[in-house]
Amino acid sequence: MEIRKGVAVSPGISIGKCLVIDAEDYRIPRRAIQPTQRLTETQRVRNAFKDAIEELEKLQAGQKELKVRDIFAVHLSFLKDRSLRKKITDMVHDESVTAEYAVSKTLRDIASHFATQKDGYIRERAADIYDIERRVLKYLVGEVEQEIRDLTEEVVIVARELSPTQTAGFNKEYVKGLASGAGGRTSHTAIVARSLGIPAVVALEDITESVTGGDTVIIDGNRGIVIVNPDDATIQQYLEYAVEFAEMEHRLDLIKEKPAETRDGVKVSLYGNIEFPDEAELVLKRGGEGIGLYRSEFLFLNRDTEPTEQEHYEAYARTVSFFKSKPVTIRTVDLGADKYTQARRYIREPNPFLGLRSIRYCLQNLTMFKAQLHAILRASVLGQVKVMFPLITNLQELMQAKMILGDVMEDLDDEGIKYNRNMEVGIMIETPAAALTASMLARDASFFSIGTNDLTQYTLAVDRGNELVSTLYSSVDPAVLRLIRTVIQDAYKARVDVTICGEMASEPEQVMLLLGLGIRKLSIASPMIPEIKQIVRSVTIEECNKVARKVLSMNSERQISSFLRDSARKILPEAF
Amino acid sequence: MQAGEKVGKGICEIEVTVRNAAGLHMRPAMQFVDIANQYQSSVSVNNGQTTADGKSIMQMSMLAATCGMKLKIKAQGPDAEAMTEKLRELVEVKKFGEPTPEESKGQVP
Repeated sequence: MEIRKGVAVSPGISIGKCLVIDAEDYRIPRRAIQPTQRLTETQRVRNAFKDAIEELEKLQAGQKELKVRDIFAVHLSFLKDRSLRKKITDMVHDESVTAEYAVSKTLRDIASHFATQKDGYIRERAADIYDIERRVLKYLVGEVEQEIRDLTEEVVIVARELSPTQTAGFNKEYVKGLASGAGGRTSHTAIVARSLGIPAVVALEDITESVTGGDTVIIDGNRGIVIVNPDDATIQQYLEYAVEFAEMEHRLDLIKEKPAETRDGVKVSLYGNIEFPDEAELVLKRGGEGIGLYRSEFLFLNRDTEPTEQEHYEAYARTVSFFKSKPVTIRTVDLGADKYTQARRYIREPNPFLGLRSIRYCLQNLTMFKAQLHAILRASVLGQVKVMFPLITNLQELMQAKMILGDVMEDLDDEGIKYNRNMEVGIMIETPAAALTASMLARDASFFSIGTNDLTQYTLAVDRGNELVSTLYSSVDPAVLRLIRTVIQDAYKARVDVTICGEMASEPEQVMLLLGLGIRKLSIASPMIPEIKQIVRSVTIEECNKVARKVLSMNSERQISSFLRDSARKILPEAF
Repeated sequence: MQAGEKVGKGICEIEVTVRNAAGLHMRPAMQFVDIANQYQSSVSVNNGQTTADGKSIMQMSMLAATCGMKLKIKAQGPDAEAMTEKLRELVEVKKFGEPTPEESKGQVP
């Protein structure tokens, strides 16, 4: 039995057999296999090499650049090297280790052999070997991903870090919990777990080295604990705890029908964030009043071609019809950075978070962008649809996006297709640039939605997924709060709606602060709706205003966090 | 190795010197094994420390032979002589199609 402490990011308890996903760009831990598996594993090695060769031959054939062709030829030569393959399969066989480990270990040994050479030119060839390693591992990891799509029994997933592509392929019926080595409260793993309503613990560091596929694992998403191979007494204890937790969840469900209103009668609107159309139901079930953030990237995952206009339309139509007169805010595709586009580039962007992502990507890929807008407009007659552009950094971008929307409207006019001409068009405020120019942007936007995750990372220059600096990431940093306040004030002055749709809105102790800053609309992961409603119903705006005033006078993040925790405990003792 | 059947039982051993400035990096190693693999004979290459299978790019590139280094090429099989001759030509005459230190004058290929 091994107990590991991480960060709890999605509540609940789950106990199950685990499935481990290694990452091709992270050190593969040594994992033993049964002697009976040796044949399967060596076959996996051969298949992965075969697939990698096929892929590379295709790439090479399509490559006109002579130098790149040469590089591919060298890589192919390695992949076809029988003595290399034999070295790997021998290792699987002699040491009884997984295919992933043998591939990685063998190639990394070769790479470090190059890296220690005196000659600089030869030393740099280590990079080629790493590239070959990643290419082969991709196929081995890909097999495990396929396994997750085809699950037939319940599992919990243990991974280094889950990518959007991997989670989009989950068979949701059978994935009962997530544990990841990397990540924080706002990592993709956390977001997905909350939207699916399954427990998750992240920041478990080298957790993937402590487990082997098939081990029993307990994921305690309330306390941030993962237990590998628990003893019987521990399992028993956790089974009882799981029942207690379910009862508490049920109590929260009871407040579903009650309004989200403060004790002094101020109405607050709670919306759900969703990624997939089938999550819409959960939003209503938990008492959400509509969708504040409909992420549309899911349509692009797990496929080689762009989705068609009809596919966009069907997904939106399904969700919008489901909500009838309740608002559904569709965010136009937010691809780039960690999502999708990098995998399709031969040369990755050196700094993707500052690169071609979100609205910038859309404005450079007009055919795709127009297809999406066309579909959104078509769906706009089915209910109350709003459209929202992500990552706006200046007025020109907003004007350009709106102009394109205007063009698409004309197309629809020509085609004689009905749409809502007065559909609200808003923007996400997630860069300091947008926050500081909110008063200008407000003239051309009907609403703002503050994306606190990106706003925090861009303001503080911190990658939230990088464990080395993630402690610097905090949405209640004075710098971030000042920007948020500016946006809210400018929105009030210009009379445009303002919603918070980042993770911040679902942090119980930060909700009072947000209300005190003037926020009346929150969009959060649906499982969090009852809890946040409970908080809204327990406070008065007067108390919240006091909290906000006090916080804005503080000058350190640490002071603010501990003050918020204390005030939340005082006002909402039962929730903490 | 397919050259296991020793028909002619011929053994041929030569010594060559790496002449191109960048040494036996990836592309030259590939050219070497590409030629070696056109022959039935088996071939080993020794840099004074380690012996590599001349038909494996992994082993050949790991020799990390730099310019000026001497390599012993030992072929064994029916076409051993023709093979070593072609390999010598590649290393010493064609110099892997790359410049010598004098020719490159500091340029990296």
